[in-house]
Amino acid sequence: MDWINIGTLSDIPALGARTVETSLGEVAVFRTATDEVFALINRCPHKGGPLSEGIVSGRKVACPLHNWVIDLNSGAADAPDEGCTTTVPVRQDGGAIFLGLEAARKVAHG
Amino acid sequence: MNAQPRSRLVVIGNGMAGMRTVEELLAIAPVRYDITVFGAEPHPNYNRIMLSSVLAGEKGVDDIVINPRQWYADNQITLHTGDPVVAIDRAAKTVTAASGLVVAYDKLLIATGSKPLMPPLPGLELPGVVAFRDIHDVDKMLAAAKAGSRAVVIGGGLLGLEAAWGLKRQGMPVALVHLMPTLMERQLDVEAGSMLQRDLTDRGLHFFTSGQTEEITGTTHAQGVKLADGRFVPGELVVVAIGIRPNVDLAKAAGLAINRGIEVGDDMATSDADIYSVGECVEHNGQVFGLVAPLWEQAKVCAAQLAGDRAASYVTPALSTRLKITGIDVFSAGQLTAQDEADSEIVFRDAAKGVYRKLVIREDRLVGAVMYGDVADANWYFQLLRQESDVGPLRDRLIFGQQFADACCGGAKGAMDVAAMSDDTQVCGCNGVSKGTIVKAINAKGLTSLDEVRAHTKASASCGQCSGVVQAILAHVTGADAAISEAMCKCTEHGHAHVRQAIVEQGLKTQGQVRRALGWKTDDGCAKCRPALNYYLLCAWPGEYLDDARSRFINERVHANIQKDGTYSVVPRMWGGLTTPDELRAIADVADKFKVPMVKVTGGQRIDLFGIKKEDLPAVWGDLNKAGLVSGHAYAKGLRTVKTCVGSEWCRFGTQDSTGLGVKLEKLLWGSWTPHKVKLAVSGCPRNCAEATIKDFGIVCVDAGYDILIGGNGGIEVRVTDQFTRVATEDEVLEIIAALMQLYREEGFYLERTAPWVERVGMAHIKARVLDDGAGRKALEARFLFSQQYAQIDPWAERAEGGIDAHEFQPLAVVE
Repeated sequence: MDWINIGTLSDIPALGARTVETSLGEVAVFRTATDEVFALINRCPHKGGPLSEGIVSGRKVACPLHNWVIDLNSGAADAPDEGCTTTVPVRQDGGAIFLGLEAARKVAHG
Repeated sequence: MNAQPRSRLVVIGNGMAGMRTVEELLAIAPVRYDITVFGAEPHPNYNRIMLSSVLAGEKGVDDIVINPRQWYADNQITLHTGDPVVAIDRAAKTVTAASGLVVAYDKLLIATGSKPLMPPLPGLELPGVVAFRDIHDVDKMLAAAKAGSRAVVIGGGLLGLEAAWGLKRQGMPVALVHLMPTLMERQLDVEAGSMLQRDLTDRGLHFFTSGQTEEITGTTHAQGVKLADGRFVPGELVVVAIGIRPNVDLAKAAGLAINRGIEVGDDMATSDADIYSVGECVEHNGQVFGLVAPLWEQAKVCAAQLAGDRAASYVTPALSTRLKITGIDVFSAGQLTAQDEADSEIVFRDAAKGVYRKLVIREDRLVGAVMYGDVADANWYFQLLRQESDVGPLRDRLIFGQQFADACCGGAKGAMDVAAMSDDTQVCGCNGVSKGTIVKAINAKGLTSLDEVRAHTKASASCGQCSGVVQAILAHVTGADAAISEAMCKCTEHGHAHVRQAIVEQGLKTQGQVRRALGWKTDDGCAKCRPALNYYLLCAWPGEYLDDARSRFINERVHANIQKDGTYSVVPRMWGGLTTPDELRAIADVADKFKVPMVKVTGGQRIDLFGIKKEDLPAVWGDLNKAGLVSGHAYAKGLRTVKTCVGSEWCRFGTQDSTGLGVKLEKLLWGSWTPHKVKLAVSGCPRNCAEATIKDFGIVCVDAGYDILIGGNGGIEVRVTDQFTRVATEDEVLEIIAALMQLYREEGFYLERTAPWVERVGMAHIKARVLDDGAGRKALEARFLFSQQYAQIDPWAERAEGGIDAHEFQPLAVVE
């Protein structure tokens, strides 16, 4: 697995998200009120809604299409809904944010 | 914001009727009164109807508390429990409590309820004799049950039977003495009463009917009851439950007009215009009350009157009775028997199955129903009775219930009975949920609230139209009236009204302040409460509060409408539905340049461009802006469109310039944020081609001027507008619409359209604020115009290429 620098914490609004285009598809990178960062494949397990556009609160995001609530840490939908979005490893170093991607070329634009 | 000193409202009686009135009042006029409540009992307000469940051991005292002490604190109500009011001084407008406390009032509400009816029997004062009225009585009864005593209940009505059954459930041998030959003779006919007695006898109760109590025997403690015919019924606990009488002592001493109860008019006022009364203590049109339905209605009317709605008027609703004894199904409503030749009875009896049903019909209307054993159709019958539906076409099949009648005749309009509904009936059209699915989820998962049913089944989770049916199914399955939570969301106990009030009164200016001041359970709220708080703060503090993009639904954040595939649709504003060749050319160019897959004309007289990629939005807006096109706010909880017809400029029927007025209205209102979307229309004549009668605010031009209509909705639940007023000039229309907008902005709950808002606060209230109070109208208009100076900025121009929020429209990185 390669750690790819995708930008800095300040690029993402608190309680917001930005997207990163990868070979896995679009990845949503979230920032919570306490500056924790999480990354999920940007598809709701329900009907594929773009989670990056949802409202973030605590460690959850509400999908903008039908309001499923997804746990940012596990990718799992809040019960009683059932489903799980794939999580993507992410870490912060200083202000920089790194995504852990399999077999990705170490090139980032933007 | 709240410079006027508040009036003082004192409530005597902390029971169900009084507190329901206070709740209704807080909902419609939250800041009008400083409220003080006196209660004689040491408990907070509890649900007296459920005392029989406490006695039967099915519920604890805590389970039946309606409003805990915190509720009083939260609503800034001063509560004095265990301190009954002992005198009212109408001249000085004060009340005096037993503790000596004197409190002044501007308006007084007497809700002293009732006292148990105690016949003048020898032995009534003996230890062991109790009434069945409050928690204290229940405690005494439970203690007697523990001591292994035997019980005699005097009274075979609803109250006596529930007391007897509760004691039986506690393991006591129970005998019941009743004056009349059959039980519950006021609610049940002889047949049903006899079936009830037979079933309860099978369950181990002993009955002494036609039994006139002569004396309660005993020297130091009750030992039993002696009847006039010589029979003796032994028992160490004697429960007197023959009925109730209005508690009028205090009102009588104050010199108010009293008959059997405190006399009140249709406005719930007593003979003193500043003193109101509700509940079991009142008498209205010669009638006194013991069931809960009329109390709720009285509370509503009284609250409206206290809030200044002089038109609110009380009418006793049709009443129905059910017995709360598990496994015994009894229902009755209206007349028990035919009164004369004009009435006819239809009877169904299946003795083997223990089912009995009688309907009383007069002139093709159902006027009475008695049911025993199978009450599945009770709600249906009661609805037919209340609505005075024509049952003529159903008559032959009516007695067999809704399912059979519907199958043969298509049913009676407006009737709904969830019990008779088949399992595969689709309840929630949005999410395709059937009744069977809901019932299964309720049973399998032990669901008890509408919210839980929503979470588990999705029924009523989208548009919400079927909430009532889902609630009814829940009530039917669980056998209880599940409470509807008024909390904004799971982050807080508080409802919308309370939160809005706190924001204004406590001067809370950020979401963080609101959450801290009101004890939110989460640090940063949730997707439900954040958009609501953002709106409330924006409305309360225009120009001061900084709009929080992170508390906006995606559509309002990127000023376009998200579609199911993650692309967006873009709708430029067309003022009053007018456009020009240049604008159309610009739209066509954008459609070509960005390969827009679909262009559609909307219902609001504008053009929608579908399938636009998020990253293209700023460029699309830039191109549209160049042609003078701005955001149509088609995504906003705010002003959408003002639809118009062509009016007097072209139309041979037009009476006024409806198009021109529509443009003026749209110029006045665009950009404003509101609790939910707002649509207007202006029609040039009563033919109403612009469909103004299903808009939030509609104008229908007439020869003499302009009819202003409000509260319409063409969406989920079609509602025709209510006539608001007629004015002569365009300027008056503009002023009144601005005031109405502001009133809705200040009073509407987030995501509450104008139609439910109008129904919640009442037309009389809106008229009082906007029509009767000229200065108030001007102030509303001024507040609206003030806030508009911060709202009327085209969001597209701000965000077109290189503008604000650029990060919204670009990926953070591309990893190849």
